[in-house]
Amino acid sequence: MKNRSLEASQKRMTVITYAALIIGALIMVFPFVWMILTSLKTVPESMQVPPTILPKELIVSNFGEAMKSLPFLKLYLNTGLMIFFRVICAVAFSSMAGYAFAMLEFRGKKLLFGIVLVQMSLPSQIFIIPQYQMVAKMGLANTIFALVFPGIVSAFGVFFLRQTYMGIPKEIGEAAYLDGCNQWQTFYKVMFPLTGTSVAALTIFTAVFAYSDLMWPLVVNSDLNMMTLSSGLATLRGQFTTNFPVLMAGSLLAMLPMVILYLIFQKQFIEGIASTGGK
Amino acid sequence: MAALNLKGITKIYPHSGDQKKSKKKAGESEKKTNLQVTDQGVIAVQSFDLDIKDKEFIVLVGPSGCGKSTTLRMVAGLEEISGGELYIDGKLMNDVEPKNRDIAMVFQSYALYPHMTVYENMAFPLKLRKVPKDEIDKRVKEAAAILDITQYLDRKPKALSGGQRQRVAIGRAIVREPKVLLMDEPLSNLDAKLRNQMRAEIIKLRQKINTTFIYVTHDQTEAMTLGDRIVIMKDGFIQQIGTPQEVFDHPANLFVSGFIGMPQMNYFNAKLINEDGKYAVSVENCKVVLSEEKQKNLAAHNVAAQDVTLGVRPSHMVLAKQPGNTLSATIDVSELMGSEVHFHANANGKDVVVIVPTMNADGERIDSFHAGDQLNLTFSGNVCHVFGKDGKNLEF
Repeated sequence: MKNRSLEASQKRMTVITYAALIIGALIMVFPFVWMILTSLKTVPESMQVPPTILPKELIVSNFGEAMKSLPFLKLYLNTGLMIFFRVICAVAFSSMAGYAFAMLEFRGKKLLFGIVLVQMSLPSQIFIIPQYQMVAKMGLANTIFALVFPGIVSAFGVFFLRQTYMGIPKEIGEAAYLDGCNQWQTFYKVMFPLTGTSVAALTIFTAVFAYSDLMWPLVVNSDLNMMTLSSGLATLRGQFTTNFPVLMAGSLLAMLPMVILYLIFQKQFIEGIASTGGK
Repeated sequence: MAALNLKGITKIYPHSGDQKKSKKKAGESEKKTNLQVTDQGVIAVQSFDLDIKDKEFIVLVGPSGCGKSTTLRMVAGLEEISGGELYIDGKLMNDVEPKNRDIAMVFQSYALYPHMTVYENMAFPLKLRKVPKDEIDKRVKEAAAILDITQYLDRKPKALSGGQRQRVAIGRAIVREPKVLLMDEPLSNLDAKLRNQMRAEIIKLRQKINTTFIYVTHDQTEAMTLGDRIVIMKDGFIQQIGTPQEVFDHPANLFVSGFIGMPQMNYFNAKLINEDGKYAVSVENCKVVLSEEKQKNLAAHNVAAQDVTLGVRPSHMVLAKQPGNTLSATIDVSELMGSEVHFHANANGKDVVVIVPTMNADGERIDSFHAGDQLNLTFSGNVCHVFGKDGKNLEF
């Protein structure tokens, strides 16, 4: 009797869990599905009240129009270069700084690390104006460098990799030192290769953040040919009217590379989130 | 292959900023470890003097926090030497980089490079020294053969057991043919069976490679079985240096006598008597005249009659058939260990341990004693140790 009631309650719990998860998944996927459906509608249908769910007729030409409105190849290239250099810089400088904070003893270490932590806790928007002034004074606005500039150093990356290096037993570094490594060799021949998972996670986070960064590219590069996908898409929004089907079609085209990358690196992406405890 | 001279080596860990602010905190840490604390900081090692001969196997032994690992790390160059001089083959090494000292070290946690295979781990120090590839291959394979790890050369450390990992760590150290091989508690992470096995392996290894060893352990069995000489440390000070037999037979003080030997030495409050120029010790009803050697040593130091702490090892206590010139004790626990019996007894309020063979010379079995039975104990004058009020052996 007891066993039967236990089984029944377990079954009930499973049904409730699945139902909650399915509802959650539907809520999460709804905007994406809505975007696909809108990209295939006409302008009046996209703004119709009450809204239609399925398009009355499939307007594929919205994609052609989006491609005509924006230099997509340029935008892909700019976004790709920005992501590439931001990732390279974040990984290189965060690894070196993280290693120094975790493994080396030097004067002012605590103070410097405190500054890194403070930088992490401040909203990035407050740095936009001084950073823009610096880029503009260097005469580098409307360049790829301008897009990369705020991502050259990542406070989160420094903190994240410092924690990783602190988790590596000190003896490994000491063994390398005794084996004949100098400080640089200890770092790049022995310690850096041990941070693979964390570096992969940092790469993914930096890439996703750079890809979705809208404010900075919009501020620093006003030339459409030097814009990124996100800032380019923003130009599709008019002051008075917006062609939503074309905007959605453009957004879908912009998403494509990230979706493909996610499908390839799904495992590392999930591992990365798990290792940072992030959401 | 090298001789080492450590002259007055001292290590002081300066107070951190927080400790400077709170003197009370520094006092607390002093209580925990008994290390001396001065204005300069905590003194982890003090006035460490030791001359190590070429190819000698020296074991540093002592309880946790005694400064043995710190001393080893100063020899390695991983810790700065606060005072004193370190010479390797006559050359002052205080400010020489670890990689230029021609030493290798085996760590307790193995410290293998997880991203490299066993072969790469062992070849790594040679690659850094730009040794030709053929030579690297030859030396790695030779070392692997000595340590019986040839079949694991392609594996990563995570695919090896604890014992195999420790062999690789030793391999990485010996492949460089260092002048001095340092070992920091290399067997502590292994289970008891593997530890015994690896201890024997280290003895064999020592016969195969000609180098000077400095070995740190807190395990007295390792110290006794491996070392040519043992350095016993406590609270940053050397307590005694000697061969395993010397420190066992002639402990310099109460600490050494208690630290070396299992089970621990038994202690009694006793009186040292000098009658007609002959020294004797008296505990309760038991009076024992000391051996000739001890008479000579005590006379040489002009030791006067006084209250002393008498130490007798459990295996040196003898069961007397009849009460008389004996110590009486009541058995609390009797442990039969096969060839011998360990009696945990109470002698006039003092806990004593007595180890006796299960069968005596007359063929009598003596495993019939039980808790509550009375024992009559005695000992001879050549196996007891007489310690003064300050804990020092009066013979020294």
